Amino acid sequence: MKNFGALGKSLTMGVGVLLALVIYAYGFQVTQINLDEVQDEHRQQQLFRILRALFQPDIYEYDKEEFVVNAPMYVPCQSAAPAPPAPDPSGPYMALTPACAEPGAEITVEGFNFEPNLTGPLNFIPPSGVSLQMGNLETDAAGHFVITVKLPKRDSDEAQYIRAVTRRNVGQPHFSNNAIETWKKIIETVFLALLATTFGTLFAIPLSFLAARNLMREVTSPFLSVALGILVFPVGVGLGALAAQSVNSVAQVLAGWGSGLSFAGLAVSGFLMWAISRWALPPVEINPPGLAMRVARQAALVVVALLGLLAFYTLANTAISAGTYLESRLSIFGFLGTFMADLGEMLALFVWPVSVLVSGFGLMNLSGQLGQRAIERLSAPTTKILNVLLGAVAGAALFAAIGATIEWIYQFDTPTLTLGWPAAIGAALGGLLAARLPARASLPVGEVVYNLTRTTTNVLRAIESLVMVIVFAVWVGIGPFAGVLALALHTIASLIKLYSEQIESIMAGPLEAIKATGATRLQTIIYAVIPQIIPPFISYTMYRWDINVRMSTIIGFAGGGGIGFLLQQNVNLLNYRDAATQMLAIAIVVILMDYLSSAMRERAI
Amino acid sequence: MLQIQHLTKEYVRGARALTDVSFDVPKGQFVAVIGLSGSGKSTLLRCLNRLIEPTSGQVVLDGVDVTAANEAELRRVRRRIGMVFQHFNLVHRSSVLTNVLAGRLGYTNPAWSLLNRFPPEDVAQARKQLERVGLGEKAGQRADALSGGQQQRVGIARALMQDPDMILADEPVASLDPVLAHSIMQYLEQINKDDGVTVLCSLHFLDLVHRYADRVIALNGGQLVFDGLPKDIDDQRFKAIYGKDAERVG
Repeated sequence: MKNFGALGKSLTMGVGVLLALVIYAYGFQVTQINLDEVQDEHRQQQLFRILRALFQPDIYEYDKEEFVVNAPMYVPCQSAAPAPPAPDPSGPYMALTPACAEPGAEITVEGFNFEPNLTGPLNFIPPSGVSLQMGNLETDAAGHFVITVKLPKRDSDEAQYIRAVTRRNVGQPHFSNNAIETWKKIIETVFLALLATTFGTLFAIPLSFLAARNLMREVTSPFLSVALGILVFPVGVGLGALAAQSVNSVAQVLAGWGSGLSFAGLAVSGFLMWAISRWALPPVEINPPGLAMRVARQAALVVVALLGLLAFYTLANTAISAGTYLESRLSIFGFLGTFMADLGEMLALFVWPVSVLVSGFGLMNLSGQLGQRAIERLSAPTTKILNVLLGAVAGAALFAAIGATIEWIYQFDTPTLTLGWPAAIGAALGGLLAARLPARASLPVGEVVYNLTRTTTNVLRAIESLVMVIVFAVWVGIGPFAGVLALALHTIASLIKLYSEQIESIMAGPLEAIKATGATRLQTIIYAVIPQIIPPFISYTMYRWDINVRMSTIIGFAGGGGIGFLLQQNVNLLNYRDAATQMLAIAIVVILMDYLSSAMRERAI
Repeated sequence: MLQIQHLTKEYVRGARALTDVSFDVPKGQFVAVIGLSGSGKSTLLRCLNRLIEPTSGQVVLDGVDVTAANEAELRRVRRRIGMVFQHFNLVHRSSVLTNVLAGRLGYTNPAWSLLNRFPPEDVAQARKQLERVGLGEKAGQRADALSGGQQQRVGIARALMQDPDMILADEPVASLDPVLAHSIMQYLEQINKDDGVTVLCSLHFLDLVHRYADRVIALNGGQLVFDGLPKDIDDQRFKAIYGKDAERVG
């Protein structure tokens, strides 16, 4: 028995080795591994050529003085042709042996009185005027050279020319155009990475909390609150949009009255916001306030929010006009003015979604509290009836929204299929769920949000930014902006994962202690979670910047701007020496970044 | 002041950490909770402020049903119950003062916390509490720069900031040097005697129980096996609490 076991083991092993062999054999075939190509002399020559070019990056150059010497020649020989004029021995001249020849024949070219120690091409110039290079000549210390070349197969009745072009460096070396261009692009690349990392981090930090299971697990909400929340969210979004729009038009009117008034308005609204929030948000509250007081405070906070909108729009308008003014006045530093105006425009752009989201989630929060109060006051059967009714409506709304999204993407144009049926199914599911659950049951809202965030970021992370940039290049045009957007999106997705894992691995003790003091969820995050995650967050952000610098060097391949675009162009045009400059620049930047990020990471911890 | 009725906790269905525990605690009593590791001491203490949700049963504190409280009510209940932990549970990277101030979070408006602000009275109070536990000059240091005993004193100062009616102490001296145990226990005793704060404290060493407790609650396998005076724990009761193989030390 034992022997058979050993034999069986060996057999399994043997089959395993055979299987591995087959797998690798197939792998060799599909990846077209070809050792003949590697050894082929012609291929090796090519490799040496490109390696030599890569080790001679085109960084500096000299101004050149060019010497051109022509010698006429008949190809093929013409019997009636006049003899070529005798060369002038006082200047540089070439002697051709033989003086005329058939196309494709070999001739010997000898040069005299050339500038000493220069190199240059020896060209054949047919009547069309193009240059066909036949070889490279090299003059000796006496300005003499001999070279044997093969004539191209161009025959003509007219005289054609053999042309020697030699060049001499003049003056001091200076940076080549290619080097200057590379410098500009590498700067663009570094800032592309910086902006992508900044935007990515700004979005990833708040979102990463939604992807941390230890925080989200505890977030539950009564059924009634969830149903109400689903129903009021679109209302809140609509109200937010309306508020942003009307406040913006008010801000435009105010801006028309002059900049002095804008500043005054900014100061007044700032003071009012401060004063009202002081009243509406008392630092300490021993006894819970009555209903009237709470309503008054909510109303006051809405006023603060509207004032805030006004202040932001005014600030944006002021920044835009001041930036535009500075742009024309600051000459070299005009980009600072442009930046200011850009910031203003960005602020104006961001106020709208922020207003929409704040109002949507604010109203959702309020309805959640309302639902909580309702189930505390109502009897269980009443709550259940309410649950079923609202659950059905909310389910219908939710599924109809999903249906509408599908309709928008696939354009079926059949409302019964994309709206009617989903709404009916949603209503049935919502009602059924409410009927099945106990009246006061809580739904694991946090788990749902956690899973949604995780799934979305996983999908986004699976798509490389090199692919994403194609979509963005279609949207905003080829260039660094598309690269910033693509890298930022990918950064958001990856940082959410890295950050949230850090949040999940914090020490649970302090969290428990802060919770035990009666802190709200927000306070627990601020006082127990954030102090613990700052060092890993900084370290991961640096790491990501590092990755983004490397990514930004190649994102140009797909239209994302930066040095990659230049590199790809030069590789395609076979300008390997130019490409080598860009590779060198990339290597220097990546090495510097690596050093910088590790130094900064050490400081953060 | 505190009534506990039929408190039961099941972590997994069928596996009970607490089984039908009921007892009352009058105001100002120093209650020691004893039992082996895993007997349910920590679970009992955490069920009282619902850091752990009890499966069934009721906890009533000063007439407020803790087990039925909603989020806002629970916040008001929790802020009157200070808690001290075996591993101190300070936020290491925050300053000692911030750790103490965190005891006021139950009273502070969350909007103020968003800006990391506490009312000036609270800051003054926090310094006073640090003086009280003898760490006045350490306020600006990082919490993890302190020794274990000092960290536990910061933990006590944090609990005191809550202006508590009751303090739950979960093995407050178990991860300290035995010689430091009395210094920490004396702070708890002082708070109990001088401020009239009820203390529920789980302990391992019986000599500490004899020295500080007015009353002993003993758990074994999640069940209440003894409720009485420390001096009433004779050898037979001792075996009932700690099992047949246990022997008294000290």
